[in-house]
Amino acid sequence: MSRYVVVGGSAAGIGAVEAIREMDPTGLITVVSEEPCPAYSRPMISDFVGGKASLQSMLCREDDFWLRKKVQLLAGTKVVSVNPAEQTIRLDNGQSIGYERLLIATGGRPFIPKMDGLGKEGVFTFTTISDAERLAERIERIRGQRAVVVGAGLIGISVTEALVKRGLRVTIVELQNSILSLLLDTKASGIVENTMRNAGVTIIAGQSVQRIVGKPDDENIVGGVVLTDGECILCDLVIIAIGVVPRTEIVSGTQVKINRGIIVDDFMQTNVPNVYASGDVAETFDFIANQNRVLPLWPLAVLEGKVAGYNMTGKKTSYMGGTNMSTLKYFGLPIVSIGIVNPEDETPFEILTKHDSKENLYKKIVLKDNLIVGIILVNDIEKAGVLHYLMKNRVNVRKFKRELISDDFGLAKLPASLRNRICLGYL
Amino acid sequence: MKRITANEETCMGCGLCEVHCAVQHSTSGDMVKAYNKEKNRPLSRIRLEVSKPVSFAIQCRHCEHAPCVSACLSGAMTKDEETGLVIHDKDKCIGCWTCILVCPYGALRMDVSGNVVSKCDMCPGLDKPACVEGCPNGALVCKEVKP
Repeated sequence: MSRYVVVGGSAAGIGAVEAIREMDPTGLITVVSEEPCPAYSRPMISDFVGGKASLQSMLCREDDFWLRKKVQLLAGTKVVSVNPAEQTIRLDNGQSIGYERLLIATGGRPFIPKMDGLGKEGVFTFTTISDAERLAERIERIRGQRAVVVGAGLIGISVTEALVKRGLRVTIVELQNSILSLLLDTKASGIVENTMRNAGVTIIAGQSVQRIVGKPDDENIVGGVVLTDGECILCDLVIIAIGVVPRTEIVSGTQVKINRGIIVDDFMQTNVPNVYASGDVAETFDFIANQNRVLPLWPLAVLEGKVAGYNMTGKKTSYMGGTNMSTLKYFGLPIVSIGIVNPEDETPFEILTKHDSKENLYKKIVLKDNLIVGIILVNDIEKAGVLHYLMKNRVNVRKFKRELISDDFGLAKLPASLRNRICLGYL
Repeated sequence: MKRITANEETCMGCGLCEVHCAVQHSTSGDMVKAYNKEKNRPLSRIRLEVSKPVSFAIQCRHCEHAPCVSACLSGAMTKDEETGLVIHDKDKCIGCWTCILVCPYGALRMDVSGNVVSKCDMCPGLDKPACVEGCPNGALVCKEVKP
């Protein structure tokens, strides 16, 4: 019997352990992780493949994090089922563990569309360190020259950058008409596309991969992909990076309510007593969409894990919510994106933009009823946090909205009362 | 714990805080050498915010519940439990800029290298942080605040 059981040792699991230990120095925490080396930074797996990071440098907490937090860590172990009535979980080694409070922080698994040829040697997904190790090993071994990356979202572009650094010729295939379509508008994605093309990447938008074909001399090894329009691109590697889907399977068949992800309230609690969920597996509050949804982002997962952890110890803490947000630095170009940046129907919105193509500078603020609901910043991002604060705290910007996209925007541009509230308060 | 605060009533926007900060964090620690001889021009970790007639300087507030610490992707940003300071480990930083995204003060900057973040470290080893010591008008004060 463990006071706390956490399933998953990545972002949400780490956040939860930190919060639990802050409140409860002694209660037994058991963390079950199917990965052999939890507490590494998953966003850094592209740096690992690109040769910039080692496994040691990817540890995102102290080397002895689990020990320091007095966690009983079951690494390399899988949870096969949860029994909420008995408050137990069952492991793949047959063992059962009882819990008083359970956190499901199993994250997401890569989404792989159905296509022929997925079983060939040389097809990869890109979510965990094991994926990265397999890919890096393959690059070393085959001295492959050409790769096709399927999906031009955050993961697709970061793996593309890593492969380019390793000297591969990369073609990226995106179903939408532009890359990073969930984060950028056409202007900003155009800027990124130019940067990528300058780095030698071929971008094919508005297409998907229909099937993966083998090499002429060995059908079992990846030799190319066939696109929806029939074009064939020769390659040695295929990386599928379309996105992740919540790994809800350990609670399927229980009373725990699942939509796309596990449904939780503001306290990260599921509908079943003593069962919590956080991170990429859960549907959490999006303060811009004003509803719960799956938002698979590392910083949000850590925060959600913390909220779950506090509540598991009995310290009532509600989640303030997050929204779709990312910073990008692909091929050296700094970009920030938060919220609704590319509304289909612009009628209800007021949109402020500034573009300087010489400087590769672009700013876009999307307002609705004088509240900021979307932000894109390209190349001048240092004040992003101030704008993010105004957005998250629903500050009416009517009086100073022109300043939001000015070159020297900052706290001094805000009205005195607001400025003082931010500057004098400590978070 | 000690924190730096700025009084905008007394700040005259001279920018000397930025100069003293940059020199303090330069290789030589000497004003003339730092600005004229060093390969990388020193970067100030404090920023003068001006919108006339308003001016004040701002740097990392070393927040109690620092958003940058929990958002950091690589573990470079940590909260020192003893001193309460938010510490940035340059070697662990991957320059993903996620901390910049969540800092409501806009207090984090990109290093001149463009590869890592640069932030206030409260000048370890000095009695008073360089910006406070060098402020001619007493607009920057370093005082004990309740955690």
